[in-house]
Amino acid sequence: MPSVEIKGLDLRYSSARVLQDLNLEVMKGEFMVLLGSSGCGKSTLLNCIAGLVEPDAGQIHINGRNVTWDEPSARGIGMVFQSYALYPQMSVEKNLSFGLRNAGVDKIEIDRRVRHIAGLLQIEPLLKRKPAALSGGQRQRVAIGRALVRDADVFLFDEPLSNLDAKLRAKLRVEIKRLHLEHGNTMIYVTHDQIEAMTLADRIAILKEGKIVQTGTPDDIYNRPVNRYVADFIGTPSMNFLDGELLGRSFLRGHLELPLADYPFIHGQCADCSAMIGIRPEHIVTGKDLNEATVTTQVVVDMVEPMGADTLVHTRLEGTAFQIRMTGQAQVRKNDRLLIGIDPLRASLFDRESGLRL
Amino acid sequence: MPDKSMSDWCSDGQRVPDGPRPSSGFSRRNVMIYGTLLVIALYYLFPLYVMIVTSLKGMPEIRIGNIFSPPVDITFQPWVKAWSSACTGLDCDGLSRGFWNSVRILIPSTILSVAIASINGYVLANWRFRGADLFFTILIIGAFIPYQVMIYPLVILLREMGLYGSLTGLVLVHTVFGMPILTLLFRNYFTSVPEELFRAARVDGAGFWQIYFQIMLPMSLPIIVVATILQVTGIWNDFLFGVIYTKPENYPMTVQLNNIVNSVRGVKEYNVNMAAALLTAGVPLIIYIASGKLFMRGITAGAVKG
Repeated sequence: MPSVEIKGLDLRYSSARVLQDLNLEVMKGEFMVLLGSSGCGKSTLLNCIAGLVEPDAGQIHINGRNVTWDEPSARGIGMVFQSYALYPQMSVEKNLSFGLRNAGVDKIEIDRRVRHIAGLLQIEPLLKRKPAALSGGQRQRVAIGRALVRDADVFLFDEPLSNLDAKLRAKLRVEIKRLHLEHGNTMIYVTHDQIEAMTLADRIAILKEGKIVQTGTPDDIYNRPVNRYVADFIGTPSMNFLDGELLGRSFLRGHLELPLADYPFIHGQCADCSAMIGIRPEHIVTGKDLNEATVTTQVVVDMVEPMGADTLVHTRLEGTAFQIRMTGQAQVRKNDRLLIGIDPLRASLFDRESGLRL
Repeated sequence: MPDKSMSDWCSDGQRVPDGPRPSSGFSRRNVMIYGTLLVIALYYLFPLYVMIVTSLKGMPEIRIGNIFSPPVDITFQPWVKAWSSACTGLDCDGLSRGFWNSVRILIPSTILSVAIASINGYVLANWRFRGADLFFTILIIGAFIPYQVMIYPLVILLREMGLYGSLTGLVLVHTVFGMPILTLLFRNYFTSVPEELFRAARVDGAGFWQIYFQIMLPMSLPIIVVATILQVTGIWNDFLFGVIYTKPENYPMTVQLNNIVNSVRGVKEYNVNMAAALLTAGVPLIIYIASGKLFMRGITAGAVKG
């Protein structure tokens, strides 16, 4: 049974369509990440689910109940905001218990739940403090605690980690993942950070201009992007794209010929059309792995970016900029000639006209 | 170890730039700035000095005519007389009655106007109802309409309500006239509060009044201070509404001061007049001095950090 179901959601601000006939199902206990660049409508969608923004059309169901007209507090949700949004004049304890007090839960029960959550998130020593006396990471923990304490069915996260520094972000990311594994609540998580999306999600929904472009597991999204936009959006450094022609069972570009006999075409095979191939920098092999490669070719190194764990090598292939990701220990210098191997089965083919996956 | 004091100087006697740049206290620039400031400060403080000095002199000393000289024989008699027995028309009970009238006008008007304006501001900033912008525009236009236009209609309105001449009527007038500027003040303050805070409270099931009393109001202390100071000084200094909308026994202190000073019977008692003026100015003066820092903090209060 879907835990959250969105049917035909539409929202416009004056003339701009922020959400366009949007449909989404989130299963019970699923961790769904809404991913997209800024302004794609992902936060708006989350606010619609929470009941903080009214849609112009469409329905929202939570646990099989139509909650489209319900108040946020009546929807059985907990929410974590990007700016933490802790009540500045209340102690951490009062922040955590505010929702329960409003709901008229009795004192002993409130106390029990606050203690439990504080223990879970290791914020017990902070209970008497005001939010101003907490660090960023502590504030976000309290904000997460405030959502959890409500014992809701669905938790909504609106870019909860983007105000934190990189180290803390990685740490809290793991904690959120652990919380989800231990409690198994449904979670909907908005982010523009693809690392967060890939590591946390059971499924990712990619939004663009108020529409969902692709929904799928992180593996699906990474290896089988449905169109050029998703392919380009996911992965850093981003995918290399080469324009070329599809002739018979091969992709041709200049001197380069990639055999595609085993490539899993989805829309049948468009014979003799203009296509584009996308190859991830990390899917290009060099050195002793070359034996396993289907196709090998030679490139000249333009620039090298050592990044510690790996090295990014900028080259040109058939006149187009082409990046290769090698191990951090690779000894490569500008103007070196490099033999590279390409495996067409790990590449993605797109129709050049529509941008759709072939 | 090299001698540091030696290495600080170049061979030609110039000091090597190191650490804070040396500043000279008596540069021409500083003399100009502080000189000008001093002259302006004296210019404004001088009348106050004359008032204080005169209020402490007896009438014979004043008649000599040296208004700038300090009192030879300090007397507090003019202050006592101004407070308790100066004559306004037929009554001779001093400013004290006016003082208590002003207090009776001030306290309810200030509390009422600040309370209503803060709710107005909260609604306009957070609960965007249909027509909110229009409502706000109309309210702000109210701030630009000259008082003179509204005086007579208000007299009729109060008369019809049976409040004309009473303190309640004047309290109502002050509350209404404070509304545009105070609402603007509170609306802008609440707009600067992050919207997510309001959203979080709604998810937490807080209603209109719970959000107002438990979250917004506790955060708005700086702006409440500013609004209160504006209202207290404004209402205390008001003369026009006091003289129009009340009867002589309800006159506020400012109106009574005017009546004492402009009393045409007998000799002009300059020392009593000065003492009366200082007594009347005392309340706003004390408030400004006591709350200067708080006032500035409230005026400059921008985004509220959680």
